[in-house]
Amino acid sequence: MFELKAVSKSFAGTPALSGVDLTLSAGTTTALIGPSGCGKSTLLRLLIGLLQPSSGEVRFDGQPLTPRSLAAARQRIGYVIQDGGLFPHLSARDNVALMARHLGWPVERIDARLETLRALTHFPASGLDRYPAELSGGQNQRVALMRALMLDPEALLLDEPLGALDPMIRHELQVELAEIFARLGKTVVLVTHDLAEAAFLGQTLVLMRAGRIVQQGSVEALQRYPAEAFVEHFLRAQRGLVGAWG
Amino acid sequence: MSAVRHLSALIVATALLLAVLAGGCSGSREAPRVVIASKSFTESVILGELLAQLAATEGVAPRHRAGLGGTQLVFNALVAGDVDAYVEYTGTLRYQVFAGLDEAVEADLAGLLAARGIGIAGELGFGNHYALGMPEARAEALGIRRISDLVDHPALVFRFSNEFMGRADGWTALRERYALPQTDVRGVEHDIAYRAVASGLADLTDVYTTDAEIAHYRLRALDDDRGHFPRYDAVLLYRLELAERAPAALTALRQVLGRLDETQMTAMNAAVKLEGRAEAEVAAAFLREGLGLSPGPVHVEGRTSRVLARTAEHLFLVGVSLGVAVLVAVPLGIFAARRPRLGQAVLGVVGVGQTIPALALLVIMVPVFGIGPMPALVALFVYSLLPIVRNTHAGLTGIQSSLLESADALGLPRSARLWRIELPLAAPTVLAGIKTAAVINVGGATLGALVGAGGYGQPILTGIRLDDTALILEGAIPAALLALLVQGLFERGERALLPGPRFRRAARLR
Repeated sequence: MFELKAVSKSFAGTPALSGVDLTLSAGTTTALIGPSGCGKSTLLRLLIGLLQPSSGEVRFDGQPLTPRSLAAARQRIGYVIQDGGLFPHLSARDNVALMARHLGWPVERIDARLETLRALTHFPASGLDRYPAELSGGQNQRVALMRALMLDPEALLLDEPLGALDPMIRHELQVELAEIFARLGKTVVLVTHDLAEAAFLGQTLVLMRAGRIVQQGSVEALQRYPAEAFVEHFLRAQRGLVGAWG
Repeated sequence: MSAVRHLSALIVATALLLAVLAGGCSGSREAPRVVIASKSFTESVILGELLAQLAATEGVAPRHRAGLGGTQLVFNALVAGDVDAYVEYTGTLRYQVFAGLDEAVEADLAGLLAARGIGIAGELGFGNHYALGMPEARAEALGIRRISDLVDHPALVFRFSNEFMGRADGWTALRERYALPQTDVRGVEHDIAYRAVASGLADLTDVYTTDAEIAHYRLRALDDDRGHFPRYDAVLLYRLELAERAPAALTALRQVLGRLDETQMTAMNAAVKLEGRAEAEVAAAFLREGLGLSPGPVHVEGRTSRVLARTAEHLFLVGVSLGVAVLVAVPLGIFAARRPRLGQAVLGVVGVGQTIPALALLVIMVPVFGIGPMPALVALFVYSLLPIVRNTHAGLTGIQSSLLESADALGLPRSARLWRIELPLAAPTVLAGIKTAAVINVGGATLGALVGAGGYGQPILTGIRLDDTALILEGAIPAALLALLVQGLFERGERALLPGPRFRRAARLR
């Protein structure tokens, strides 16, 4: 589904990614993980074309992402960021339906899709006409997820989707997200700095450090066959939790 | 999103409506066959009324642009054809209109005028000469009878009319001629200069010999012992083509030539300025008693209809200039936000427009756009640009980048992002800019009266001229109320557009 070939990205001369090769197959759930500044968010933003690589190539569904193909590709990719990125002047309903309306979907189709997503995300019907400022952080993330899924995209990208939530809500949403990923069977790429969350939600972990991929594999593989000392070090920092999931 | 679409639709519709109204007004109003003008002082306004009523006795439909402005503005309007006739003074023509051409001027005033399509129909019979006036008691105490006596009193405070300060035969020439040592010398509005002298704040001002105030304030007109001041004989100026276009009107106007002496003129000035009678009434009385004519009934506008008419003019000035400014400034603001480097240039240019003093801007516009609403509209338009452009720019550049990225990530094209996301989010800021422009405009439009655009400035100017506080308030109070009303309406609109839970209100507008 996604393919990165020797992708490098630097901001004003400072490298953020250096020579990354990565293939993400259709239907898999991948968690990008690593310490702050390791380049995991940059990688995710390259996948949806919010950033252009300084060198190398990003492919989506076999086609290189170019400015021309971007608009069409984005309609096949859902994207959720940490604070939801919801538009404050639009109600939950209008936020979710924005793109479908822009594409001229008939009202019945929009309503039916909204209803499906509402049920999927356990979002209350009464909340649809509220504005983001009137909803809790957890509810806003549900709206953001519905918005990302509205056009039934093939891929779903999430950048620290639960990062701003308190632990209880976060735990509840982790469980729900896992169910949703399993039910939809989409290609999911998730960025998180929380190893437990990555292990819980991702089939494959991609551990990054300083703009490079250090190791790629299941959490067990990372534990059992660490590619370098950093992997052990990173896992040990959160071992208690890893044990719980491992 | 829909609220903003409604808002922009409303703004566009209002602007178009006003533009159509503007076109309609100028198009459908039947052009008066003779336009008489007067300068912005009482004697000129009385003479303008007099000419207008004379024309009416011959069945010509006259229009009197009363108190249109200073000499230069009215004379230029005559040359440009906005005005057909008015009364001017020979000294003013020589030393102000044609200042700097001295020798030729002395020889051939008529020739100079004819070259501009203007004729002198003749003298009215009186002269209104410059003199220096001092309170009688003060002059007596200091022993001042002649202008040359002033040399011994360097501490005297002089307050001259602005026109006198700037004229070729005014203060500068007078000071040289008499070697006057006074340093506390300033230009103010003529009527205010009188009041300053009357209240003891100043010792001396320039007066016109037919001014009613000379007697009223007990001023002594100092003897011009070195013959500095030239003659200011009142003459009737008219456009030469009037003789062909409306010969009857010209014949009618000529009836006043040689029939109005200095005593009669002073009495008429006193009737208006001291007794508070309307210029039209006083002029009609002169036509009846002095010329034995029977002018039509004098229509003196009542206060209500006057205020309504000024309100309509004022709203027209504010509405059209603001509407057009919105149509231009919002796209400019969007452009400035999209292209940061060129945007800085746009903001700079628009900012420079704002720094030109309003009065100067109006005067610059007159040669280009003539007199009437047009120069005022253009000036107000220029003034409205900055707040709207700046706020549109600030509103758009102040949007969180995460929101813009979300819009991009959804696959929303740039144009849709602008309409559905950016403009709605910037709307409260844009609206605040429009509000600022509107409130500034309501105040600024009062200056429109200086170039014949009407509005609330008209009663204010006339009130200053007649020393009539009630008349000043007739313009000042509605102008203040209108500013408050505009502010209030915009604030209601802003509340409807505030982000957060209040967006529900906006949503209901759908």
